[in-house]
Formats: sequence, C-alpha cells, structure tokens
Amino acid sequence: MDALQYLENFLQSLVAGLLMGAMYGLMCVGLTIIFGVMRVINFAQGEFMMLGMYFAYFCFAWFGTWAFFDGLWFPFVLALLAGPAVFLFGVLLHRVLVNAVTGRKATQLEAQGHYAQLVLTLGIALVLQNGGLFIFGSTPVSVANELSYSAWEWGPMIGDRVSVFVNQAQTISAVLALLVVLIFGLVMARTRLGKSLRASADNPDAAIYMGINVDKAHRLAFGFGVGITAIGGGLLASNAPFTPYIGTEYVIIMYAGVVLGGLGSIRGAFLGGLTIGIVQQVSATILPNQLQNTVIFVFFLIIILFRPQGFFGKKDRTA
Amino acid sequence: MNLSGSRKDFLHIGLFGLGYLLLALLVNNSYYLLIMTIVPIWAVMGLSWNLFSGYSGLISFGHAAFFGLGAYLVALCMVVWNLNPWLTIVLATLTGGIAGLLVGIPTFRLRGHYFALAMLAYPLALLYIFEWLGYQEVALPMHREAPLAYMQFENQHFYIVIALLLLVTTLGITSVLSRSRFGMSLLAIKLDEDAAEAAGINTLYWKLLAITVSAAIAGAAGGFYAVVLLVVTPLAVFGMLVSAQALIFAMFGGVGTLWGPVLGAFILVPLSELLYARYAADFPGIQGVIYGMAIIAVILFAPQGILWKLQSLLKPGQIRMLGSTASVADFSVSQDLLVVTPQEHVSPILAVSGLSKSFGGLQATNDLNFEVRHGELLGIIGPNGAGKTTLFNLLNGFIHPDKGEINFRGQGLLKQRPNQRCAKGMARTFQVPKPFTHLSVLDNVVIGAYVHTRTKDEAGRHASAAIQIVGLHDQCDMPAANLTNKELRLMELARALACAPTLILVDEILAGLDPDAMQDVLEVLRRVRGLGITIIIIEHSMQAMVQLVDRFVVLDHGSLLAEGIPDIIMRNPLVIEAYLGKKWLEND
Repeated sequence: MDALQYLENFLQSLVAGLLMGAMYGLMCVGLTIIFGVMRVINFAQGEFMMLGMYFAYFCFAWFGTWAFFDGLWFPFVLALLAGPAVFLFGVLLHRVLVNAVTGRKATQLEAQGHYAQLVLTLGIALVLQNGGLFIFGSTPVSVANELSYSAWEWGPMIGDRVSVFVNQAQTISAVLALLVVLIFGLVMARTRLGKSLRASADNPDAAIYMGINVDKAHRLAFGFGVGITAIGGGLLASNAPFTPYIGTEYVIIMYAGVVLGGLGSIRGAFLGGLTIGIVQQVSATILPNQLQNTVIFVFFLIIILFRPQGFFGKKDRTA
Repeated sequence: MNLSGSRKDFLHIGLFGLGYLLLALLVNNSYYLLIMTIVPIWAVMGLSWNLFSGYSGLISFGHAAFFGLGAYLVALCMVVWNLNPWLTIVLATLTGGIAGLLVGIPTFRLRGHYFALAMLAYPLALLYIFEWLGYQEVALPMHREAPLAYMQFENQHFYIVIALLLLVTTLGITSVLSRSRFGMSLLAIKLDEDAAEAAGINTLYWKLLAITVSAAIAGAAGGFYAVVLLVVTPLAVFGMLVSAQALIFAMFGGVGTLWGPVLGAFILVPLSELLYARYAADFPGIQGVIYGMAIIAVILFAPQGILWKLQSLLKPGQIRMLGSTASVADFSVSQDLLVVTPQEHVSPILAVSGLSKSFGGLQATNDLNFEVRHGELLGIIGPNGAGKTTLFNLLNGFIHPDKGEINFRGQGLLKQRPNQRCAKGMARTFQVPKPFTHLSVLDNVVIGAYVHTRTKDEAGRHASAAIQIVGLHDQCDMPAANLTNKELRLMELARALACAPTLILVDEILAGLDPDAMQDVLEVLRRVRGLGITIIIIEHSMQAMVQLVDRFVVLDHGSLLAEGIPDIIMRNPLVIEAYLGKKWLEND
C-alpha cells in the first residue's frame, strides 16, 4: 500500500467514525441524563438500546409490507418512534422497580444506594437480554434497506485517487441523531420541564421545597434517558445485524463516551460518543477487526484511570 | 485470634463437606452428578467474589477475567504441552492471583461507580482478545489412558471430591481471613475508606491483598471448570454472566458472610440448571432470567441477602458483623498504656514551613509557618473559609501541598500516606464524625488500635483504655448509630487515642454541643493532655477555646494572621477585625 492508499483508508474510517460516533453520542446522551438527574449508574442501558433495535425491527417486519410504508424513510421513522415506546416502558419500570433504590429511597441505603442501584440494574439487564432471547430469538437480524448499501462518493480528491464513500443510511442516521440531541438540549435549557429536571439534578431537597415533584422528575429523566438511547439503537439497527445480547458491549461503549465527556454533561456525552466512534473506526485501519471492541475497552480504562472527571464540558453541566 | 470461632467454622465446614459427599454417593444419575460438581464450583466463585467485594464493599463486575484466565490456562496447557490439570490448576491459581494484583494496582485509584465500571472492562477486553487469537472453542484432548493424571475419571464422584476440596479450602481461607485483621480492615474500608485510612489502616495494602487472594481462588475455580466441562469458549468463561453469577450468589445468600455465597449457589444453580434442562428448547435464556429476577428480588426485599434477613428476623437488634465478633472490653487495663513517655518527647513536635495549597484560583493555605511544642494544647481559630480543615487535611495527608514542608518529630512527612502518618503517632478526628455506624463503640475504637498492635487482644486492651479515658465504658457495646452527638464525638476522640498517638488533630469537636456537653468534652480534652499527648484543636468559636488552650494560631484566608497566648490574641485588632469586621473596631 502506498501513502495515498493509507490516506484514503484513514479518511474513509474517519468519516465512518464520525457517522457511527454521532449515533453513539446520542446513546451516551441518554445515559448521561439518567446519571445527571438521578445520580444513578444504569447498567441496563445497553438493553434499552436493544429494545429500541427490536422495536424498529418488528415494526418494520409487520408494517413494512404495506404499500404505504414502503418508502426508504420508514426505518428512520421507526427509529424515532422507538423513543416514545421505550420511554413509556422506562417510566413504568422506574415506577415498579428503579424507584425503590433511587431518589429519596436511596438516602436510607448503604453508600447512598449506589450498590443497590448497580446490582438492581444488572438484574434488569439480565432479565431483558435473556428474556429477549425468548421473545425475539437468537438469530441475528437487521433492518437493512437499499440506503444501507448505498453511498455517496467524495472525490477522487488527488488525481484519480483517494475517494471516500459515505454510507447514505448512516449519514441520515447521524443527522437525525444530531437533531434529537439538539432538540433535547433545547428542551433542557429552555422549557419548564427542562428547568425542573435540572433543578432536581442540582439539589433534590431544594427542588422539593420549590414545589417540584422530584419523584416525577426522576421518572421522566429515566424515561427520557432510556428513550433517547433507544432512538440511537433504532438508528443503529439499519447498520449491522444484532441479537438480544448486543447490549453488553454497547454499555461499555456508552460509558466510555459518557466518562470521556464528564459524567452528567449532555454536550460532553455527545462529544465523548463521537470520539469513541472515531477511535473505534480509525483503530480498525491499524488493528484486526476483532480487536475493535478491545480497543474501546482499553481506551475506556485509560480514560477512567487517568482522567475520571472527563475531558469535555466540565463547566457545562447542563443535565 | 479467635480460635474458638475459627474452630467452630472448621467443624461446620468439615461436617458440611462430609454430608455433601455422602449425599453425592447416593446419587447415580450422571446429569445430577454433573450439577453436583458444578454447584460447588460456583459456590467457590461466589466466595471468591465475596472475599473481595463482600468484605471491602468495592463491587467487582470483572471476576470473569480471573475465572476465564484460569480456564484458558488449563485448557491450553493441556492442548499445547499435554500438562496435567493437577499442575495447571495450581498455575491457574497463581495466574489468577497475579492478574488480580495487576488489575488492582491501577484500578484502586477509583472508587464507587467508577471502580465497578472499570472492572467490567477487563473481562470483556480479554473476551475479544481470546476470540481474535483464534480460541473460539478449545476442547481438552482425551486421555483415557491416564484418567487420574488428567482428571478424566469414569466415575463422576471423583470430580465431586475435587470440587468439594476446592470449596472446603476456600471456606477455610475465608473463615481464617475474615476473623483476622483482614476482616476488620476491609470492614473499616467498606464503612468509610477515609476514616479507615486516617485510623492508620493501610487501605491500599488490604485491598490489594483481598483482590489477589480472591482472584487466585477465581483462577482455580476457572481451571477446574475447564476440566469438568472439557470445552472452553470465550463467552462461557469471560462473559458477563460469569461475573454476574459470582456477584449474585454472594449477594443472594448474604454479603460478607462465610456461608452466604454457598447458600446462594446451592439454591440458584440447581434451580436454573433444572429449569434449563426442562425448558431450554422453548426458553433458551431461562438461566439468565432466573439469576436476574433473583438479584432484583434480593435488592428489593433483603438487600444484604438471605442470611442477614434471617438474622434480623430471628435476632432483631443484634448488630454483630462478621470479622468483628471478638472484641471484648477489658477495663482492668491501666490508662497508662497510652501515656507518652518522656523518652518520646521531641520538641518542637510539629514544624510547618512555607505550606501552601490552592484549589484552582482559591488560595486555601498560603505560606503558613508555625511550630507546635511537645505537650502543648494549640488552638487554631479563624472565620469560615479560613483554611482550617484544609490545614488538617494537609497535615494528615489527605491532600498534598503545592509547596512547603511538614516536619513531625524531626522527620519530613510529605511522602507518607495518611495511614503511615497515623502509625508515626499523628491521629485525627473529623469535623463531621465518621463513625462505623453498624459496629459497636468498642469495635469502632479497636480499628484505631490496630495500627500499632499485633494481636486483636492487644488492640482490645488499647481500645478499652481509650474508651475509659473518654468515659464511654457504659456505651461500649452499643452500636455507634445509637450514640448522642456528644458521645459520637467522644468516640471519635477515643478512636484517635487508641492509635497511641503523640499528637492528635481535633477538628471542631465542640460544634453544635450545648454548654454542658461542651464542658464535659473540654474536661476530657484536658485529661488527654494530661497523658502527655499534644493536641491541636480547630474551633470556630473563641469563647470555649480561651479556657482550654495554651496558645492560638489565627488563620484568615489561608494565611497566618496572628499567634500567641489567648490574652494577647483576644485583644489583637487584626483578629477582632477578621472575626467581627472593621466597623466593630471603629465603634469600640
């Protein structure tokens, strides 16, 4: 391989990294909302992403045959709809289970309930992923359409060499991911709802005295968090095949992004996810494909060991 | 040493092993025998997790890393070099231990959430590395010609014997360790790591020891698991479910207990195996669902596990925790145990020069210089935010100064960790008391005494002496959670005293006390001073201090404002201005 070939590979993986990274970033935002408002590490976040993926998959399988839903846009709409669907599920789950070890209940538990929360969400993760095996089956599936196999070509940039192919489905997904993050950022910054969420995050006791229903704020935050991650999952579903076990590897990817961006910061989480996407794709040009995830995990360990407070958005604690 | 307690454990362990073996001999169905082999292996994994996470409170989501390394080591050594499992399980144990140490050294920089998350990354990284290396499925070669050497017995009962040996050994190790200083130190770390470090416990050492032993046990369990199942895949040994199972068995049965993890494994493994055998065709993930639901139920209904729940139902009000059962007060001891002898006099006992520390733009301590004479009672006063507690944190080593020197009894201190400073004779109390609320008052104080004593009895004597000095002998068997504010502060003082210090840093011990209680505490402080112990006390209000101290050091905005005897300090215009503002001076 010559230098131009390397350049092409590098640019290609950089673009792929940016596109994947935007989807990771969206999922990281979901995770960081939950941490930011509730101070809870949700171990089952990967499983909510998985639910988003299967939501998109099954709706596609059921309705995709109707002429009206024939369009190439349909999988993307389904991905966005996965948000509200999983939001409802999250709110329900918070009311039934999560609430027992978070919020005001947490103060009565050992270590502010941190261990109880970690272990409870681990239990939820196990039930969802193995229950998913029962309900969804273990055969890898995906929501692919023509766009997943189509690309725009940039270039050739130097003479007749160095062309970068930009996957169309990924590009649309990345743009949608960015839009969702921006809209949610606006909601948090501008609306009454956002204010009550931020107030509950900042000082739960003071928020109660100000007449904010902190329990409800936590429930909503949990719902938004898992819903937003589910949208990310829905967008990823058109990208590669998946099984109910996919959550575990993504939970590390998400935490890597969130910790990188500084736990609790929305902008930081998005930038963190973006960085993880780039690291993952660019490392694949040097290292064997199977080690992609190992690179992420090692990268995650390095960040968490040497800079646990993260790199971005330290002052910008929007959530 | 609590020999009787350990002996009782050994008796129980022996009886349990025999009973299990007899039961196994009655069984002939090969499927049930396989389950009876796997159950002890998972019990060992539960114990391994418990020995580290259960006692220290640091949640590990990564025990699969050690288990998997053990399993692959045994499998690959047999495939490549034909090494027999007897040898390689020993190697797997060593490998596990080394891996534990290597994981612990960097990862113990983290606490809480971060620690748990980081631990998750190790086995998952290894999982992909082993897949990449091409070990998707390693089958152990058959050696029917030498069943004994290669642990490939016709008769499955032999496997159960080996599994039981592993389990019994692990139980023995857990029993001995949990009743020794190990158990007490980890418990202290679990309850409050800072307080433990300040009480002279070398937290890093104990955590490293715990993870090394725990990981070695996990390595052995993984090694034997490979022998039993004959096939090793990355997902089966490094997968999330392995770490989760270890955690779930321990938490389900009872965190930080000897028998809890065993109970958890003995209930959950057969349950999930039998259901799996029956319903696997329709419901492939049934094991994971059962484990998940079991742990959710435990968190909701019995957060410490079944054994603790049973104990609280059967014997309500009892607060004994494992590892702390042996402390008995001995009030016949003389308080002279804690007297600072004249040979130990070094003056000045403490010299601080050029000490500076800033947090971002805030100069918390600014070029401080002062000395403390031996036997002195020095008061450090100053308005809110003057940098008093920061000064104590610098002195006892919780934070490092940007510049400056701290000289304690003629030695520089800057390179020493807080526990080492405590061992050298510098103890402290906290502004917000940091009691170990689940422990009795005596056990709280015993932890402090461990620093300089070799045995639990000796620690008990020192603790008893300290409790007598502060006058808490009537409360010594109460859980610390039941103490009044004054008693809590006195217990803090006793805990510091039990370290046999030459210098005690006392942080706002009078805050929030009513006048009577304040007088009692002042009296105790005078008594402590009578033992020849030097005291530096931080206080907010000057009034109480004037009756007590020999000399004041006044801080304002991190700088030394004035120092001298109370009479002079009280009339120093700079001090009055700092406390009451310029207006006051002008009106006066």
